[in-house]
Amino acid sequence: MGKAAITLDKVNKWYGPLHVLRDISLTVHEQERVVVCGPSGSGKSTMIRCINRLEMHQAGHIYVEGTELTDDTRALDTIRREVGMVFQSFNLFPHLTILENCTLAPIWVRKMPKAQAEELAMTYLERVKIPEQAKKYPGQLSGGQQQRVAIARALCMQPKVMLFDEPTSALDPEMIKEVLDTMIELAGSGMTMVCVTHEMGFAREVAHRVVFMDRGEIVESGPPKQIFEDPQTDRLKLFLSQILRGH
Amino acid sequence: MSMTTSVAPSLPIQSRGAPPGAGALAWMKENLFANWLSTAVTLVLGYVIVRVVVALVAWAVIGAVWSVPYSATGVPDTSVCMNAKGTGACWAVIADKYRLILFGRYPYAEQWRPALAVLIFIGLYVVSAMRRFWRKDLPLIWIAALTVVGVLMWGGVFGLSPVTDDYWGGLPITLILATFGLAFAFPLAILIALGRRSTQLPAVRMLCVVFVELIRGVPLISVLFMASVMFPLFMPEGVSIDKLLRAQIAVILFSAAYLAEVVRGGLQALPRGQHEAADALGLSYWKKTGFIILPQALRLVIPPLVNTFIGFFKDTSLVLIVGLFDLLTMGKVALSDPPWQSFSTEVYLALGVVYIAFCFAMSRYSRGLERELGASQRH
Repeated sequence: MGKAAITLDKVNKWYGPLHVLRDISLTVHEQERVVVCGPSGSGKSTMIRCINRLEMHQAGHIYVEGTELTDDTRALDTIRREVGMVFQSFNLFPHLTILENCTLAPIWVRKMPKAQAEELAMTYLERVKIPEQAKKYPGQLSGGQQQRVAIARALCMQPKVMLFDEPTSALDPEMIKEVLDTMIELAGSGMTMVCVTHEMGFAREVAHRVVFMDRGEIVESGPPKQIFEDPQTDRLKLFLSQILRGH
Repeated sequence: MSMTTSVAPSLPIQSRGAPPGAGALAWMKENLFANWLSTAVTLVLGYVIVRVVVALVAWAVIGAVWSVPYSATGVPDTSVCMNAKGTGACWAVIADKYRLILFGRYPYAEQWRPALAVLIFIGLYVVSAMRRFWRKDLPLIWIAALTVVGVLMWGGVFGLSPVTDDYWGGLPITLILATFGLAFAFPLAILIALGRRSTQLPAVRMLCVVFVELIRGVPLISVLFMASVMFPLFMPEGVSIDKLLRAQIAVILFSAAYLAEVVRGGLQALPRGQHEAADALGLSYWKKTGFIILPQALRLVIPPLVNTFIGFFKDTSLVLIVGLFDLLTMGKVALSDPPWQSFSTEVYLALGVVYIAFCFAMSRYSRGLERELGASQRH
């Protein structure tokens, strides 16, 4: 394992009286792949969204690539440039073509020349296996294709860390595999990944570590084999039984 | 509840898709004479329409008086029109007064200048409406065109005799107020709408809210009155701002408040995910707003935007209360000439045609734009 890419140190967050993150401490090393799972409302999405400050934490510290997340916008800009994110609902820009979706941030945030950004975008679109859709608009693509574009769009910023917030939850079953395959391929390239997902097969295959969250805290964490085959707590046992029954 | 189920099967898809001409009779049978109720409505409405059209043609064309004789001193003899009253329109009043109505008291020999200015305005609208001109130099075209309009109207350079704006009137005033008004109000409205949604700057938000609520809470007439009567009282001695400019500023501020609310509606309709995706990519606030948020938000509000535009185009006629002579006011002025006093119907009809021409063009264009922009991104 390399040095720490993301460090959360006793992170707390409240929505009004609701305590949604309780003393979350987690270190993700470079090239490590962490899968976060847990029942809905457990705070896993909130936690991952705190890492690029789509949500603000109220106590504790978060460091990304050695920079602390604070109110300082310059630090935030640096961090967002290095952290890519894939959303449950894709969030492609519907008024831009696939290619424009992918080149917008490299051109305007990384200040890359347009031709170079387009070349880069095509490389990643080929990697997610949809280069032929480059001139279309998001609305003309299937859900699975849109999510693969969203992955390519995030990769075009050449981030050091990729965050996935339930990337397959909004997809029809037959499209889940194409997105997971893309993520597995990405995992093979050594990308640091934090992934909130219910896809236990994916977790078994690519995760170095699985983190189980419930009611705003990290209950258990360890290699997938240990988490799935030797759960220590009742909460994890209950969760696993529910997940397995669902499949 | 069973509306759709009972009606839907009765729609013969074949006949609707039939080629025109061959299917004209079928179309009529389907849409006008489908059952006894439909037939009755068709006959009654058809009768009313025919009667109205016949009466209108008889009045406006067949019985109309197109010109009247003039006495040696140039006074029109309107007795022909008087005799035709009730049976025929007196278009002679338009023939006699159209230059006064269109160009106001602008010096008669120089009226080619406002005429040219009007053509430049119309050309500007046409160019701006064509999407292939939507480039970076469109603002430059606007600046150039508006400068030329200013030079033409004011004169004083290039051998054009100077004409102060006290002598301007008619269509140029209407177009100036509407065009400059919307050109400045629209960007201002976007800033106000963004300010009102700002979470980082509470002071700016408060300011925007107060501005919008204050302006929306009073009628345009009182804003114009404030601008023209009260405002000079607050100015230091010797400083005076032109009357037209004051009315123009009032129109800009007023329409900005209304447009801001329309734009805000579009901003609110955008899903939060669009903001988050742009944030996650590291786009700054202004880049996010310019590339992601506004293009989508404004697209959503094209119909209410155009609705507001059309409303303000017509509302410019309220400047008459501060002593500016727009198109509608010039119609009134023309009617104050004793020989023509009783022919207001003809004058107002003619003015209505001018207003309709501009407003209808705007509305047609917006529909086309909606279709075109909608087609490129089927959701």
